[in-house]
Amino acid sequence: MARTATKLLEVDGLAVRFHTDRGVVPAVDGVSFDVAEGETLAIVGESGSGKSVTAMSILRLIQRPAGEIAGGRVMFEGRDLLQLPERQMQEIRGDRIAMISQEPMSSLNPALTIGLQVGEPLNRHRGMPWPDALQVAGTMLRKVHIPGAASRVRAYPHEFSGGMRQRAMIAMALTCTPRLIIADEPTTALDVTVQAQILELLKQLTREAGSAMILITHDLGVVARYADRVCVMYAGRVVESGPALEIYEDPRHPYTMGLMASVPRLDDAGRQRLVPIEGQPPDLANMPPGCAFAPRCRFVTDRCRQERPALLSVGDQHMKACFADVAQPT
Amino acid sequence: MSHSQPEPLLAVRGLRVHFPVRRGLLAKRQVGTVKAVDGIDFSLAAGETLGLVGESGSGKSTAGLAVLRLLDVTGGDVRFEGRDITALGRTEMRPLRRRMQMVYQDPFSSLNPRMKVADIVGEPLIVHGEAGSRGARRERVAELLDLVGLRPEMGRRYPHEFSGGQRQRIGIARALAVSPALVVCDEPVSALDVSIQAQVVNLFQDLQARLGLAYLFIAHDLAVVRHISDRIAVMYLGKIVELASREQLYRRPRHPYTRALLAAVPIPNPRLEAQRSHQALVGEIPSPLAPPPGCRFSTRCPMATDLCRTEEPPLRDLAVGHRAACHFAED
Ligand SMILES: Nc1ncnc2c1ncn2[C@@H]1O[C@H](COP(=O)(O)OP(=O)(O)OP(=O)(O)O)[C@@H](O)[C@H]1O
Ligand SMILES: Nc1ncnc2c1ncn2[C@@H]1O[C@H](COP(=O)(O)OP(=O)(O)OP(=O)(O)O)[C@@H](O)[C@H]1O
Ligand SMILES: [Mg+2]
Ligand SMILES: [Mg+2]
Repeated sequence: MARTATKLLEVDGLAVRFHTDRGVVPAVDGVSFDVAEGETLAIVGESGSGKSVTAMSILRLIQRPAGEIAGGRVMFEGRDLLQLPERQMQEIRGDRIAMISQEPMSSLNPALTIGLQVGEPLNRHRGMPWPDALQVAGTMLRKVHIPGAASRVRAYPHEFSGGMRQRAMIAMALTCTPRLIIADEPTTALDVTVQAQILELLKQLTREAGSAMILITHDLGVVARYADRVCVMYAGRVVESGPALEIYEDPRHPYTMGLMASVPRLDDAGRQRLVPIEGQPPDLANMPPGCAFAPRCRFVTDRCRQERPALLSVGDQHMKACFADVAQPT
Repeated sequence: MSHSQPEPLLAVRGLRVHFPVRRGLLAKRQVGTVKAVDGIDFSLAAGETLGLVGESGSGKSTAGLAVLRLLDVTGGDVRFEGRDITALGRTEMRPLRRRMQMVYQDPFSSLNPRMKVADIVGEPLIVHGEAGSRGARRERVAELLDLVGLRPEMGRRYPHEFSGGQRQRIGIARALAVSPALVVCDEPVSALDVSIQAQVVNLFQDLQARLGLAYLFIAHDLAVVRHISDRIAVMYLGKIVELASREQLYRRPRHPYTRALLAAVPIPNPRLEAQRSHQALVGEIPSPLAPPPGCRFSTRCPMATDLCRTEEPPLRDLAVGHRAACHFAED
């Protein structure tokens, strides 16, 4: 697939750290990727590998002073978002770039009705009068398949089920037709039929409006269906990236291979043991000097324990950060 | 699944949980009722896993919370270890709490942000008087953290310092602290990457084999549910529409909603996915404030007839251990 489309977002060398009483935690350590118009990029990887922190950094939502964006650039529509004054950033959030956060309850205000919260971006960014904004909120809730949407604009978050909250957040993110949607685990609380409806809706939006989507998910079935390209993260870094098909059929990093092997399959008759990757992820505050995956890697050599592999090209658009020349045993 | 056993660990009969919908100033006016759970029956044997799947908003979490008496029950009864607990008061419930634990759907709001993780995990030990000495407690907490794949020194941190998946595992460690007999797991692995998910699923199974735990396992991931469950119940709009053994449900689903669910599972293979037709269920999901007459799935069912739109199909036996609520379940 030739990638000729215009790049909408370019993240380059992003570094984020947290200051804790255990020392400095480099949660994101030199992450680079880009997303083109109309494209869906999936970010997958170990729990705790820095996916959400990366997403929040794009919108500069890292809590200071404990957290700090320590370096890198985030180019969006020709501007480096990391250099913008906070006021301009506020104009971008929820309008040009919308985030669907992993934490529905902390992004929804428990004291306000769902309708007010879904309509708010239209009122704030577009100056739409409240009665109209509420009307649109009802329409948006229907679009994300909330049953009885019209009567539920006046419900409060605690009256919604987990999946309904998630969809209310998605409705909120879509009200202003953003150029870039960052969706952090957007469908974890949804059954597969509603999940399909929601992801089709997001996909349709990116296609029609030429928007782009960053999709963070653990569901490798969802990635297979919706992603054009995939970025695999481990311990704060990108360890492999490439077109979705290649990542599945020809994974080159041992972590990616382990991930693919852990997936439970619907056609698995059950009760056989699943195959996790042995060992534990490293403590980010005490990173080993070499490759972060080395202590768990089947292909480890002395070099891996001393030197950190850079993300290098292994094919057209396909990159990996690994010294070993591994290919899927077939 | 021993049908011969006289009394299962948990027996739920005709369970109903309704929420009043109030509007207006000070929310004084009741404008309707959400029948979140509207008459469900199921049982769970010691050491058994019952998977609970279904539409988002169909009442799974509500059912789980009601079974543990963390929500008020509108009707029906819940028997735990042979005893009707539906009407027990706080103090009577107290000794039972230790035996029934919950892993919550939302790992973000269910952990106290002002407590260190070691104290969160160790709290049930203190509450239920199993704490022992400080040293013993510290050791037990370290063991529990290790069990769920967290490093023991992580106990000194606060919840906000953890990622979503890490917090989910803290909730699991806490639920397992007091060696319960029944654990209601509400989406316990959906926030985990597949490798850690595999670890946690294996852990659930090992603990079950070792301690004879029973799980009510609420999840949307049908591959995980197939992997872990002995039997599976499918919910739609407050009702159980199908209940069967794992083999029966996946080999021969009888309810059209179950079939639609299974058909919608994405396959972790881009090549196969690209060749598949993605026919989502059509039609509006009906509102639980005003469920349709007849079969609740009839508004979206590809096979619905006039009969379905007027007469509600009962949950009936189709084969040993296989029940479905559909007029045309034989077709
Ligand atoms: N406020 C904070 N203080 C200290 N450490 C933090 C803080 N927020 C995040 N971290 C750490 O940064 C790392 C990355 O966290 P992040 O939330 O990005 O993970 P993730 O990849 O999204 O994981 P998951 O899949 O579990 O959601 C984690 O190891 C986490 O412990
Ligand atoms: N406290 C409450 N007040 C009013 N309505 C409620 C309350 N709690 C739940 N409901 C409603 O009850 C229904 C069932 O909710 P429940 O949380 O049990 O669904 P669920 O099956 O767990 O869904 P999900 O898969 O999305 O988590 C929903 O329509 C929800 O809006
Ligand atoms: Mg995350
Ligand atoms: Mg729920």
